[in-house]
Amino acid sequence: MKVKMISRNPDNYVRETKLQQHKIPRNYDPALHPLEGPREYVRALNATKLDRVFAKPFVCNLSGHRDGVACFGKHPKMLSTLATGAYDGEVRIWDLANRCSVRSFVAHDGFVRGIAYARNAEHFYTVGDDKTIKVWSSQAPEVGEDEEPVNTILSRHILQGISHNRKDNSFATCGEVCAIWDAKHNDPIKTLKWGVDTLHSISYNPVETNVLACCASDRSIILYDQREAQPLRKVVLTMKSNKLAWNPMEAFNFTVANEDCNLYTFDTRKLQTPLKVHFDHVSAVTDVDYAPTGKEFVSSSYDKTVRIYHAHQSHSRDIYHTKRMQHVVCVAWSLDNRYIFSGSDEMNIRMWKANASEKLGVVRPRERANFNYQEALKEKYAAHPQIKRIARHRQVPRHVLNAQRKMRSVKDKELVKEANVRKHSKKGTVPFVSEKRKHVIRQDV
Amino acid sequence: MTKTTAPKGGRHKPAAARYFDASANNSTDARPVKLKRKTQQNFSGDFIKMQERYKLKQPHNAKKSAAKEIKEKERKHKIPQHLLDKYSRGDAVESKGVRTRHFKAQQERKEVYHTYANEQAARTELLLQETAGQLEADDEETTAGYRQKEIAANVDLQSASKHFELKLEHGPYTMRYTKNGRHLLLGGRRGHVAAFDWVTKKLHCEFNVMETVADVQWLHVPTMYAVAQKEWVYFYDKKGTELHCVKRLARVNRLDFLPYHFLLAAANHTGYLTWLDVSMGELVGNFNTGLGDIRLMRHNPANGVLCVGGGKGVVSMWSPKVREPLVKLLTHTTAMTALTVDPKGQYLVTAGLDRQVKVWDIRQLATEPLAVYRLRLPANEVEVSQRGMLALSQGTYLESYADVIASGGGGTRYSHNLPYLRQRCDAFVHGMRFCPYEDILGISTAKGFQSLLMPGAGEPNYDALEDNPYETSKQRREHEVHALLEKIPAELITLDPHEITGVDAPTLQEKVDAKRQLFQLKPPRINMQPRHKMKGRGGSAKMARNKQIVKDLQRKEFISELRKTKQSVIAAHKQQEDGVEAGDVPTKKKKAKVVRSVLDRFKPKPVKKQQPKK
Repeated sequence: MKVKMISRNPDNYVRETKLQQHKIPRNYDPALHPLEGPREYVRALNATKLDRVFAKPFVCNLSGHRDGVACFGKHPKMLSTLATGAYDGEVRIWDLANRCSVRSFVAHDGFVRGIAYARNAEHFYTVGDDKTIKVWSSQAPEVGEDEEPVNTILSRHILQGISHNRKDNSFATCGEVCAIWDAKHNDPIKTLKWGVDTLHSISYNPVETNVLACCASDRSIILYDQREAQPLRKVVLTMKSNKLAWNPMEAFNFTVANEDCNLYTFDTRKLQTPLKVHFDHVSAVTDVDYAPTGKEFVSSSYDKTVRIYHAHQSHSRDIYHTKRMQHVVCVAWSLDNRYIFSGSDEMNIRMWKANASEKLGVVRPRERANFNYQEALKEKYAAHPQIKRIARHRQVPRHVLNAQRKMRSVKDKELVKEANVRKHSKKGTVPFVSEKRKHVIRQDV
Repeated sequence: MTKTTAPKGGRHKPAAARYFDASANNSTDARPVKLKRKTQQNFSGDFIKMQERYKLKQPHNAKKSAAKEIKEKERKHKIPQHLLDKYSRGDAVESKGVRTRHFKAQQERKEVYHTYANEQAARTELLLQETAGQLEADDEETTAGYRQKEIAANVDLQSASKHFELKLEHGPYTMRYTKNGRHLLLGGRRGHVAAFDWVTKKLHCEFNVMETVADVQWLHVPTMYAVAQKEWVYFYDKKGTELHCVKRLARVNRLDFLPYHFLLAAANHTGYLTWLDVSMGELVGNFNTGLGDIRLMRHNPANGVLCVGGGKGVVSMWSPKVREPLVKLLTHTTAMTALTVDPKGQYLVTAGLDRQVKVWDIRQLATEPLAVYRLRLPANEVEVSQRGMLALSQGTYLESYADVIASGGGGTRYSHNLPYLRQRCDAFVHGMRFCPYEDILGISTAKGFQSLLMPGAGEPNYDALEDNPYETSKQRREHEVHALLEKIPAELITLDPHEITGVDAPTLQEKVDAKRQLFQLKPPRINMQPRHKMKGRGGSAKMARNKQIVKDLQRKEFISELRKTKQSVIAAHKQQEDGVEAGDVPTKKKKAKVVRSVLDRFKPKPVKKQQPKK
């Protein structure tokens, strides 16, 4: 007789001393793990619920400005440094890790319109309503010394914004004209003009660094090449665009924040129709900034909220608001992809987590693995109605809710009216126009 | 940006097969960024794949490198196909019908991940520590000839100690093992309840409830169990303290526990099935099955459905949220005496008074059983082990078969041939369970309990995160919390447990119903509120007239639209029918079944056509 029975040696299954880890033998045979689907579903549901439970995006509030915050300048090398400019001409440099301002000085008479760090981050430039460009050192002055600009450049035109080239030492300002400057000269190398009174936002392309884009007051977006004498292209929308941001990873795409509550993502190669119209804001969108991954962007609005969008989706994935936050004027996504800064009319700068339920601080490897697993589960079961409902639900302020309802009813009414007109007109005279095509009026070359 | 420059091309190892690239050749072009420091591992964004500045030149000696590659492939440990099949979650989804290129690529990538996961799971087979038990007979002997004593004498001491007998005097016993197979619960009909760790033979508690005990059942942890007593079901803890008296479960015959749903299922003397959520203390389902006194009940571990055997030879399957049986299966033409479901949830084994034991495929639910045993006496207990060993008892005689279920039911009808092992007990067998993760069959008889050695019955390798026979109390508590967090709601108990991961496509019945409903649709009530007009502009009469006009218009419109859709449906249907008829001509015609009658012979015979002679 040959006989063998299961006879486990406890040494292989029980730890010897308390200092050791418990032994966890695994067997991945599917027969030992019944009800795989339902169990996974329950896990996904729990993960989604926990995600909402831990969604506490507000990190801190940086107060110190004595007037509304007008603009941000992100330090290209130090994550904990942020420069902000206010309506009263004051510029503050913040130490974000310690949540305090380390420098503050009055840079301009009137608004600070724009702040831009130089490529090597040794200097930063500010432009203001007093028609000056001031160059400041990134180093704080010695104790007892006054804050003095390294250089002050007087501009012939009013200035509305500034952007620094990512690869060389040139920078560009906008205002009456688009002017390209060099760090060493006090006169612009080049001025570019296209019959517009004001250009109020300018942005260098981060990859194709000779290309610039401006938002103009005649509701247009103008593209320039700094090597050429003439502007490249112009596209006119139905309403004015407030800000423009290039996608850092797909640098042929850019997004504009528009007065008509929407954001539009354009492909530079095909400006007739936007790639995507991003809805959801209920008032004019004031600022937009891309995440360094290029997959998401954040927008701020006059409706006192900040919204986060996937770059290729038309509805926002998240909304941030607080009771005290007033009209949000400027917004920035930190270069480590983890935080969002918003500056608002009521003099405060707020720091938010980019991912509302992310755990701050040290995350141990097992915890990290668990988070990754939960993320995968959420993605896998995202289409289930219950999970979708929980993941999508957001509490929004009453005024936003009312405005949303109102906008929806207006839109519905317009649709009904258009349908009626179509019904009572000759066939083909009232065409169907897609939402994308409605907002671009023309493109000039 | 500066950190992400790729390493220089000088020292290139041969590219390892990457699961994420369709072609292995591409792997030299892009490689993921390596995070150097530990602090960088908290990075939650996406890894950026950097293109190398300069494309690497083709290797000088293409032939040589190709040969090297082949060699490397051969060297790599190949996973046998049967292991891949064991861990497979089904066939790959073809990306053929997927609409856009983006989603197609997404689907293909997903499949790559799945095959990778499948391979990795199959590779873990190497790490399993134990092998299954077995018993081989010498020449001119059969395994059926071996007695328990002989087996016990030939195995190691630890295994031999697992063979024991308890002589108890409080009447016919029922018994249960815990899910991890470590603890044993005995309930004697005359009130005796005992719980103990049967491996170490350490008694947890023993007492007499001074009532009849119909059934006993462990709950989700080995510290709590339920006892169905004369009137109600009582919960006790490990020390024998009464925790609850559940008066909503009255006169219960059979108890069962669904561990992943935390449901205690009870079958009642009057035909009621009750599911009690033991985590919340709520009745999840409670209804009359109309089957009368329920004596046979087991749950299907693969989907949580209760299988109830009745006196008419019908097995019906029940879910707590559906008041009708999900399925009814006529298994025997006589009354049933026993039923069980195998631990993988693939086979249903039934026994009836017709002295047959039948094995059914529970997933297909075909009308024919996979295998039939014909016995001399009706089997009063049947049981299937984790590795598919079938045990059946006929009164005091007990036998087991090793190969039937393990070989996938066999597919043939069995006549009565020699069993794997057999045993004669001194008393009538009332309960029988295989111990999970052990080669042990526990039987409870009218006179006590016996633990029999059945080499090759149990799964040798347990998964400690699922059931752990060696778990400490801390691990048990941790496991309990995790299990509670993953409690499956009772609504998800369906015949197909994977339904939740599938696509919610309308069934044919739903489509037909929707179409049928179209023909019974009535125009909706139109509630129109006319615009408020300034004084002198309207008047109630005018308003009412306008209202009527609008209502009529909308109604008319609805009706005309409905008519159009109906017509289109009918047209489509007709076209389809015509198409079928037109398509029939070239293909084979179905032969109409000729009804033959006795009077046919009086019909005139058909005249044969004469063949023209050549």
